Amino acid sequence: MTVLEFAAPVLEWRALAPILLVLAAGCLGILLEAVLPHHLRFVAQMSLVLASVVLSLAFLVINWFRGISGVLAMGSITLDGPAYFLWGALLVFGALAFMVFSERRVNGGVTAFAASAAAVPGSVEEAESARAGREHTEVFPLGLFALGGMMVFLAASDLITLFVALEVFSLPLYLMCAMARRRRLLSQEAALKYFLLGAFSSGFFLMGIALLYVYSGSFDLAAIHDAVTASVFGEGLLIAGLALLGVGLLFKIGAVPFHSWTPDVYMGAPTPVTGFMAICTKLAAVGALLRVFYVALDGERWTWQPLLAIIAVLTMVVGITAALTQTDIKRLLAYSSIAHAGFILTAVVGASQIVPAGQATSAASIMFYLAAYGFATIGAFALVTMVRNPAGEENGLAGWAGLARKNPAVAGLMALFMLSFAGIPLTGGFIGKWAVFTAAWRGGYWWLVIVAALASLVGAWFYLRVIVVMFGQEPAKGTFVGSASAWTWIPVVIGAVATLWLGMLPDSVMQLATFAGTFLR
Amino acid sequence: MILLETIVEPVAATGMYAHLWLMIAVPALSAAVLLLAGRVSDAWGHLLATAAVIVSFGVALAVFTSMLINDPGVRRVSLPLYTWFSTGEWEFGVGLLVDQLSILFALLITGVGSLIHIYAIGYMAHDARRRRFFAYLNLFIAAMLVLVLADNYLVLFVGWEGVGLASYLLISFWQHKPAAAAAGVKALVMNRVGDLGMLIAIFTMLALFGSSSFAVVNAGVAEAPGFWVTVMGFALLLGACGKSAQVPLQAWLLDAMEGPTPVSALIHAATMVTAGVYLVVRSHAIFELAPIAQTAVVVVGTVTLLAGAWIGCAQDDIKKVLAGSTMSQIGYMMLAAGIGPAGYAFAIFHLLTHGFFKANMFLGAGSLMHGMHEGVDMRRYGALRTAMKVTFWTFAMGYLAIIGFPLFSGYFSKDHIIEAAFEHNLVVGLCALIGAGITAFYMTRLMLMTFFGERRWDEGVHPHESPKVMTIPLIVLAVFSVGAGIVMNNWIQGWLEPALGVHPHELSLVPTPVGLLTMAVVAVGVALSWFVFGRGPIPRVAPATRNPITLAGRNVLFADQANGLLFTGPTVATAHAVDVTDRVGIDGAADGTGRAFGGLSAMVRRVQSGYARSYALMMLFGVLAVGVVLILSQLG
Repeated sequence: MTVLEFAAPVLEWRALAPILLVLAAGCLGILLEAVLPHHLRFVAQMSLVLASVVLSLAFLVINWFRGISGVLAMGSITLDGPAYFLWGALLVFGALAFMVFSERRVNGGVTAFAASAAAVPGSVEEAESARAGREHTEVFPLGLFALGGMMVFLAASDLITLFVALEVFSLPLYLMCAMARRRRLLSQEAALKYFLLGAFSSGFFLMGIALLYVYSGSFDLAAIHDAVTASVFGEGLLIAGLALLGVGLLFKIGAVPFHSWTPDVYMGAPTPVTGFMAICTKLAAVGALLRVFYVALDGERWTWQPLLAIIAVLTMVVGITAALTQTDIKRLLAYSSIAHAGFILTAVVGASQIVPAGQATSAASIMFYLAAYGFATIGAFALVTMVRNPAGEENGLAGWAGLARKNPAVAGLMALFMLSFAGIPLTGGFIGKWAVFTAAWRGGYWWLVIVAALASLVGAWFYLRVIVVMFGQEPAKGTFVGSASAWTWIPVVIGAVATLWLGMLPDSVMQLATFAGTFLR
Repeated sequence: MILLETIVEPVAATGMYAHLWLMIAVPALSAAVLLLAGRVSDAWGHLLATAAVIVSFGVALAVFTSMLINDPGVRRVSLPLYTWFSTGEWEFGVGLLVDQLSILFALLITGVGSLIHIYAIGYMAHDARRRRFFAYLNLFIAAMLVLVLADNYLVLFVGWEGVGLASYLLISFWQHKPAAAAAGVKALVMNRVGDLGMLIAIFTMLALFGSSSFAVVNAGVAEAPGFWVTVMGFALLLGACGKSAQVPLQAWLLDAMEGPTPVSALIHAATMVTAGVYLVVRSHAIFELAPIAQTAVVVVGTVTLLAGAWIGCAQDDIKKVLAGSTMSQIGYMMLAAGIGPAGYAFAIFHLLTHGFFKANMFLGAGSLMHGMHEGVDMRRYGALRTAMKVTFWTFAMGYLAIIGFPLFSGYFSKDHIIEAAFEHNLVVGLCALIGAGITAFYMTRLMLMTFFGERRWDEGVHPHESPKVMTIPLIVLAVFSVGAGIVMNNWIQGWLEPALGVHPHELSLVPTPVGLLTMAVVAVGVALSWFVFGRGPIPRVAPATRNPITLAGRNVLFADQANGLLFTGPTVATAHAVDVTDRVGIDGAADGTGRAFGGLSAMVRRVQSGYARSYALMMLFGVLAVGVVLILSQLG
């Protein structure tokens, strides 16, 4: 009979500092919310968020140069190359997304978030709080919690931590989705759907964890790997666990057939939040998917490769096909993000992890893809917030007609991002696609590459349609480009510069990704 | 055969040489300032541009002086600037190479360029877009210097394209005239054909040697497979033909006279059109090992020198006569360059003297046009020797130089070529000799129709001498037209020897038998011309004729018709066919695919019902499907 003793956890403070800083700033933000008067909150929260993210990024870079890596926090977090790269990407994209959160000018002096999220839409209370010019600055700490959760999610080296992190970043996202200032019913509906389906998928996720635990006797990814390579019985448990865990992860990525939430949620959520989700959630989920499948389930790859190949094809085809007839720019971008998940999955399937020196592993090519996709996504959603009609944002594609004549800069930048999404050379999207297709080809999945190339060909059609609408049609009445502050323009400009940079001079980032492209087991 | 051991390795740049890049940078910067500053620089733009070229000339002169002072062993200087790009095992540097050959070119470009800039201050004084004109001229100077100072073919190609661009911009400078716009396009398109040859040559070099630098190519060509050396030779010749308006790519040069006259003088007479000769001479190591290509150079040169002379005889537009003569004279240079080591120095010699006397005559033609209300038809000239004295006398110096009047500059340079041609091959020598006679014929015709005879001026035209800013450059160039030959005659071969690897011939001032023969033929040409044009009145409208030779000359040997029939027609037909295929076949397929996917898309949209319950159901089905797939893959 042993007595349960409480052992104080051993934490590597310095190595964990990037996560701890973000989460601590989130907690501090909640405190600020409680003690500061209304008029000070916005500035305080905004500064806190940006400062913490920048500081966290600084710690990350310092740790990287000091060569700190390994399994941390008593075996629950692995700090390795992919974790460094993806953390860095998360922090950069998070910072850019939070800048868009801070935009007030384009919205008539208030943020894009509800004046009083708890008020019933259309009620007197809502009208009063809107008149009083109130805003929900809680969105900033919520964003920080989500960001922290994502960071843990993609670095988690045991399944329990993975699950906790999943919930830590999902719950704030559900809330943030419900906080749109305009079209609040749509926003709340989106949040509720996201929540219900997210809970549903968490169920599968948790069941998968349980089955894998039964199979291997451990939550630890490395231990599961050992069990997979050593054991010969209980194959059924392993496959069932793998399937259910995979479903949970594929749900977050937005892979078909677990994608149905994506268009509705992307459309209903406040646009800055959509931008945040479109890149950061995807990035974290892809990171976790890679880690689970490459670190724990690598020995079982002959089982999951065909499955993921089918899902990749479905995801690309459904995403692109559905996008063809969309009339709402946010829905279009949602389906586009589904299609991109499919392209990423091709490289996951390829699973080329041992490559000649200096060449990109699957993980490296995916990380580059995510970087290229992320910069274009951040920029595109920031631009969506600027195209407006008198009632608010103009998301209907018809309203975007002839935008180039009203504001050539906005239309031109949007065109650039569309070209990058379509994978046109000289943009980051092209190099990214090239990289993931190479990884898939090298893994022996040449037919998948052909399908993916054809899919991207069809996909170019709807990206180009946006350009045609903006440049080739008579200007739509009632749409105008709102005057935005630097908080929108900085992400747009950084996104555009990075998109071109990654397209023309991809070497530096590609080398970084290649260098950081190996998982630690 | 190839005298590699005499080619001196370039030494690193020090002292004055280290500032070599200024020669290019100053006019390039000036062009950028003028183009970017806009109307602000309207008032002083032309002065800045002229100053920039003069600075450039000063640098060239300083470099030349230090070369003269230095030991011949250190006259070949390389100045690597930076790495342009590297890919795989290839690394391309941007570097300059100045040797005895390129410095002569640089002096010609900047020297004649300076004079023409000064001249243009007067010539373009009343043009609303003067600043832009000078910016383009500066751009041309910079690009031309890149061309001749490059240390590898790739950088040379940058200059090559740069001068092509400047030429296009300046030919169609008066873009309100449809003829000028069309001429610019024509020059650009025909030069593209030549550029293709350049590219093929450069690609072949990269494939064979992994580098395009002159040093590596010259050193490696001896070991390269003969077939590919010949390919390079022909490809380079194609490039040279495009840029230097040699048959079969000659048709653009006469149209290029639509550009302002200083442009015709600088680009389409003195410098750019001789780039082909420079290219052939610079690539002599390749041509010496590709005898077929070398013969082709001789043939092209010979054909062009006769064709140009033929055209010169039949045109009435003074600038077009001069353009035909330019073609013809470059034909001489090509011929000399193709003869082999015996001819290189003479090609360059003639290139330099031609640069002076042709620029002189073109600027003279510009001065005439200035006085004659922009009229170019020689049938409306006549008796201008008294009205425009300076122009007449300077033009006469150019005339005497080009026909090869003894002791004038053309006498030395052209006679050497004719002699070398006779030594090379009797037929070629005879052609060159006949060419000299025809040259004398049509240049005398030009002189007689322009300066002598009775007045045939249009009403209201009152010829007057041009301002000093135009006549002084004319005088300077006239001096060079007279004296450049005798000064350089005994010097140039020795000077160029280290760069070309050729030992000089003995030359004497006493005419050789071939020289005497040439003089006789020239005299016959002059006499014949006087007999035809000097005695009677000249009709103010070109008389109708059925003489096929005259008709061919007037129609520029039907080059446009031939090009139209052989190239433009088929190309346009192909373009139409491609267009139809694209619209019907490819667009049809693409639209069909789009429509098919559109239908599919509508079906997918229907699944997206908006109900969370149906989404959840879909997920559940998805999980089941995943299970099925995994079970199947286990069975399989």
